[in-house]
Amino acid sequence: MSFYFAQFLTGLASASSLFLVACGLSLIFGVTRIVNFAHGSFYMLGAYLAYTLVQYVPGSIVGFWGSVIAAALVVGLIGAIIEVVMLRRIYNAPELYQLVATFGIVLIVQDAVLWIFGAEDKLGPRAPGLDGIVRIFGEPIPQYDLLLVALGPAVLGALWLLLNRTRWGVLVRAATLDREMVASLGVNQSWLFTTVFFLGSFLAGLGGALQVPRVSINLLMDLSIIAEAFVVVVIGGMGSIPGAFVAALLIGELNAFGVLVLPQATIVLAFVVMAVVLVIRPYGLFGKQETAAHAAGQVEAPIRPASPLKRTIALALLALLLVLPFLMGEFALVLATDILIFALFAASLHFIMGNSGMVSFGHAAYFALGCYGAAFLVKYFGGSMEMALVAGPLFAGLGALVFGWFCVRLSGVYMAMLTLAAAQIVWSTAFQWQELTGGDDGLLGIWPSDWARSKTAFYYLSLALCGGGILLLRRMIFSPFGYALRGGRDNPNRTESIGIDLRAQQWAAFVIAGVFAGIAGGVYVFSKGSIFPDEAAIPRSVDALVMVLLGGVQTLSGPIVGAGVFRLLEDEISRLDYWRAILGGIIVGIVIIAPEGIAGFIKRIAVKAGLEREGETAA
Amino acid sequence: MTTPVLSVRHLSKSFGGLQAVSDVSFDLAAGELLALIGPNGAGKTTCFNMLNGQLKADSGEVKLNGESILGLSPRRIWRKGVGRTFQITATYASMTVRENVQMALISNARQTWNLWSRASALHVNRANDLLELVGMADQAERAAAILAYGDLKRLELAIALAHDPKLLLMDEPTAGMAPRERVRLMQLTAGIVKDQGISVLFTEHDMDVVFAHAHRIMVLNRGELIASGSVDEIRNDARVQEVYLGGGRLFEEKGKGHG
Amino acid sequence: MKLFRFVAGAIAAAVVGLAAMAAQAADPIKVGEINSYTRLPAFTDPYKKGWQLAVDEINAAGGIKGRPLQIIDRDDAGKPGDAVKIAEEMVSKENVTMLAGTFLSNIGLAVADFAKQNKTLFLASEPLADAIVWESGNRYTFRLRPSTTMQAAMLAKEAAKTGAKKWATVAPNYAYGKEAVAAFKKELTKLVPDAEFVEEQWPPVFKIDAGPVVRAVEAAKPEAIFNVTFGGDLAQFVREGNLRGLFEGRTVVSLLSGEPEYLEPLKDEAPKGWIVTGYPAKDIDTPEHKAFFDAYMKKWGEAPKLGSIVGYNTVKSIEALLNKADKYDAETLVETMKGLEVPSSPSGPFMYRAQDHQSTMGAWVGKTDVKDGMGVMVDWFYADGADYQPSDEEVAKMRPAE
Ligand SMILES: Nc1ncnc2c1ncn2[C@@H]1O[C@H](COP(=O)(O)OP(=O)(O)OP(=O)(O)O)[C@@H](O)[C@H]1O
Ligand SMILES: [Mg+2]
Repeated sequence: MSFYFAQFLTGLASASSLFLVACGLSLIFGVTRIVNFAHGSFYMLGAYLAYTLVQYVPGSIVGFWGSVIAAALVVGLIGAIIEVVMLRRIYNAPELYQLVATFGIVLIVQDAVLWIFGAEDKLGPRAPGLDGIVRIFGEPIPQYDLLLVALGPAVLGALWLLLNRTRWGVLVRAATLDREMVASLGVNQSWLFTTVFFLGSFLAGLGGALQVPRVSINLLMDLSIIAEAFVVVVIGGMGSIPGAFVAALLIGELNAFGVLVLPQATIVLAFVVMAVVLVIRPYGLFGKQETAAHAAGQVEAPIRPASPLKRTIALALLALLLVLPFLMGEFALVLATDILIFALFAASLHFIMGNSGMVSFGHAAYFALGCYGAAFLVKYFGGSMEMALVAGPLFAGLGALVFGWFCVRLSGVYMAMLTLAAAQIVWSTAFQWQELTGGDDGLLGIWPSDWARSKTAFYYLSLALCGGGILLLRRMIFSPFGYALRGGRDNPNRTESIGIDLRAQQWAAFVIAGVFAGIAGGVYVFSKGSIFPDEAAIPRSVDALVMVLLGGVQTLSGPIVGAGVFRLLEDEISRLDYWRAILGGIIVGIVIIAPEGIAGFIKRIAVKAGLEREGETAA
Repeated sequence: MTTPVLSVRHLSKSFGGLQAVSDVSFDLAAGELLALIGPNGAGKTTCFNMLNGQLKADSGEVKLNGESILGLSPRRIWRKGVGRTFQITATYASMTVRENVQMALISNARQTWNLWSRASALHVNRANDLLELVGMADQAERAAAILAYGDLKRLELAIALAHDPKLLLMDEPTAGMAPRERVRLMQLTAGIVKDQGISVLFTEHDMDVVFAHAHRIMVLNRGELIASGSVDEIRNDARVQEVYLGGGRLFEEKGKGHG
Repeated sequence: MKLFRFVAGAIAAAVVGLAAMAAQAADPIKVGEINSYTRLPAFTDPYKKGWQLAVDEINAAGGIKGRPLQIIDRDDAGKPGDAVKIAEEMVSKENVTMLAGTFLSNIGLAVADFAKQNKTLFLASEPLADAIVWESGNRYTFRLRPSTTMQAAMLAKEAAKTGAKKWATVAPNYAYGKEAVAAFKKELTKLVPDAEFVEEQWPPVFKIDAGPVVRAVEAAKPEAIFNVTFGGDLAQFVREGNLRGLFEGRTVVSLLSGEPEYLEPLKDEAPKGWIVTGYPAKDIDTPEHKAFFDAYMKKWGEAPKLGSIVGYNTVKSIEALLNKADKYDAETLVETMKGLEVPSSPSGPFMYRAQDHQSTMGAWVGKTDVKDGMGVMVDWFYADGADYQPSDEEVAKMRPAE
């Protein structure tokens, strides 16, 4: 019994740490409606800063706590600066742009931390005065854990007072309920947003700084905490601080006891709990249904069949692709194969996101399921490559069928979060279910059949499958099915009131996109010969989003252009030391300066030059 | 007596403490052009939303040709022959005018699961006819996003007519239009009612339009039906006068009906 | 026109100049090296310094058969998928003669599989997984460092002497951890048949939540603990364990924890009395090691770590290989690699076994202690790898036929 009580306390201590991060995230979301990926980066910054400051005041209690608070304040300030300089420009952009932009910040901060603090893991000193244990029912409990246990409720209480007993708090609560109302009350919104960002970032920094005596500080902290914080915020209900508290307790204890029962599935468990909560309460335990729809950005122009000029260009491109093996060396073929795969992957995302308005932040799930489906067939059923290339898409489609059913019930950020959770379930299952997936060791030796073994043959195979897939997707966009989805994106109300079962169509679209991502995944696994859980991880999903954005969401050729440019760019910059920061900078740049993307930009020029017909631009 | 096209009994809806619609009952006969008027916030749109299935009613009964439709989804009710236009126009901004109409035609032909055909090549003639009917044929190729508001309203009418409805629900069909356009649109509607025997329930703030075209008028105030009758009866109803006190402009102009 | 002439002239001059330069220096021999430089700098940074030292020495002495040795190194960010992508690029774009490197076992295995498929020689320098040369062994892959089983056997021999019977294990949840635990169990039960294993903890690699793990081990009340966690995971495990008295009165046997890479960051929290494999850099006084130690100190201004030795020995192996081979195609290189002897290295002479492609490089075994606020290794000895390797029959059973 005493053992379980001690385990319970351990769970409470983690819950408090988690709550500090999650409540800041929830607060920021509530007011600004921005899902801030960079929140994890603030947490990491807090840890690194506190670690550095503590070095100057070894062993001093005042010095230690001074360092923690100072680190949190600096992080709060950095958060506020980022809000003023960057995020302020994108409050009215569609949520997709916001998510991707904050991910760009994640990349930039990652490299900044690497540059400033170095790549080594850092183990900070213990908290002076709290470095011993207390025996409770005979069980040793670290004093520092007890402090954390107390800190969670204390912060909750302080926030409650702040939100309920101050004018600022009242405004924040009002803004959480209804942004427009606060604006119409004549409150200085940007001031309110900046202060909220300061507070939220401060809390994240504090959460990070408090970890210094507990964990070793490293460059992976940001993404691992943000994934957990998302789980907490989504379970609790986005924007709800008490919700974040309850959910943090739930997850903290789940981890503490999960490790006793299912030590090999701790990561999966959290995401499964999240999925279960969302099925029962789509908006989380304490969340409310989103009231106002989010800004949709600029209205897209009607799509038209390719003009003669475009057809000529497309045919020329196809001809070029067909003779490529005669012109270029091996590596160019490898690169071209990659581009084809990613173009199909991006096109499948564009199919649901661009054409159908369903923001998926976890599209990598279906790419990875395609990879694993194909790999399983080869590894466990001794299947051939040809069969595996069918099995992969089917497996991905099956995954999309299951996850899609939940996802299409939501819209906007909530949908984005749920798709992200789905991808995290796939990732964590792949990561932890060693017997099946090999975990981090991956599945190896999945090479093409003999006839497709040469780079040239495999290139033609990829061209046929991925090129064909892209053409099929394009065909579907112009079909009644695709139009119904477009309609659903433009105006769900109208769509339902002309007799279309929008949810069913969206579900089907989700499955189709999953199948095509699965085709890309199947080809990918044979091109690389191996598959690892990383293919389902957040950065892979972001890759797809960036490709679509880079090319232009509102153009049909966007995903293809985006995939090409992205892959070539990656090839160029990934050998540089700070390529993540460069990529992050590009992402942020696109969102702020050129939201229309490359293809969108070319289209605009072409229209101006009279080469393309667009008639009038949309109002 | 023949069964009315639409029969509404004791329809009620409240939002939290606010009784938006309370105990509304009325019938709508075939070929009838029935106006539902009332000041802002009276509950007209809420009524419409319950009739086409967008909102769940708290209580009451709605029958279409004797068949209960309350609680069905909007798309089911649409399939049963009810068309609708919205107070705030609901069209597809990223499609052309013709494609907007084609969508309704495609849905009516149950072709939305077709993954292969080119949507913009389907039902072109029928779409053109409908656009011709509402006077939008010359704008068929334009993007809906760039239409003037009045044109959007006409486009909505074309969409609503696409599946040959028995009943048309029009929420402020002429709002945002210039006076001359309003008259033209209502004349058009009246003509369609006459030619095709459709029944229409519409709301309208412009009393000129209402008095000129409605066969019958109902007045809603704070969720309750306070009067119902012919144009003249409503004009002279004391309670209606009272409700519209301050908005009396309409009664001063009563002599200037169009017809 | 003037401008055009100027530009054309400049280009022509540049081309001539470059051609002349190329003609002067003989074509370098290119070796592709992939490692987790940003993910595991604690180990890979000294490793890189080690191989750079060796490359400098070789090229200063005239290179290999008159050609300079060039190592093209790339960071895999700790991701096996990235490593495979880079390997592909090195082979098809850079035309490297062979591949080398990798630290994490999963990455080593992935690159080994790539090497097999693409018929390219791969010298896995650091990954420990047995599978690299045994179950997943292939014609094109060789490995330098003593494998998990070799090191586990070294430790098991010492562990058996303590008399502990009730064991708990803590290991990262991936190939290396699983294998290390299995190998240790096997080797220990050979020596102590009635040893029992009462608890196994498998924290995800680099994602340990140390509190609950320590509590779970504690709850099983073992007499001894076998630990495989390393890096940041190890640091957290040690800290939580110290705090909660997990190690009090218990024997702890720990793989690799005596390496300065892992011991130094723990500072005065470093555990005392753990039985470990590692590297007591300052105390080894063979002439070869002293020469290496001094050269390293001179070049980098710091003492070498175990990674430095591995990096240095990797390039020494490559040097021996390229000097001995008459042609540099993959098949010749593989045949030359079999039985290749490296006569002199800081850790002593070693060779690459033809039967399983494993080198006979050994490891230092000893106990941890804290001196001057810093973890160190005491009571150590050098265990020669050749003494801990399976017989030819065992190898033949484990390795897939070529
Ligand atoms: N979804 C809702 N939630 C809460 N209150 C609502 C909702 N929809 C309408 N109301 C309220 O119900 C009342 C009736 O609204 P409704 O839109 O039906 O009026 P209306 O007669 O159509 O007015 P108008 O002439 O301005 O269009 C109003 O007070 C409105 O604020
Ligand atoms: Mg209304």
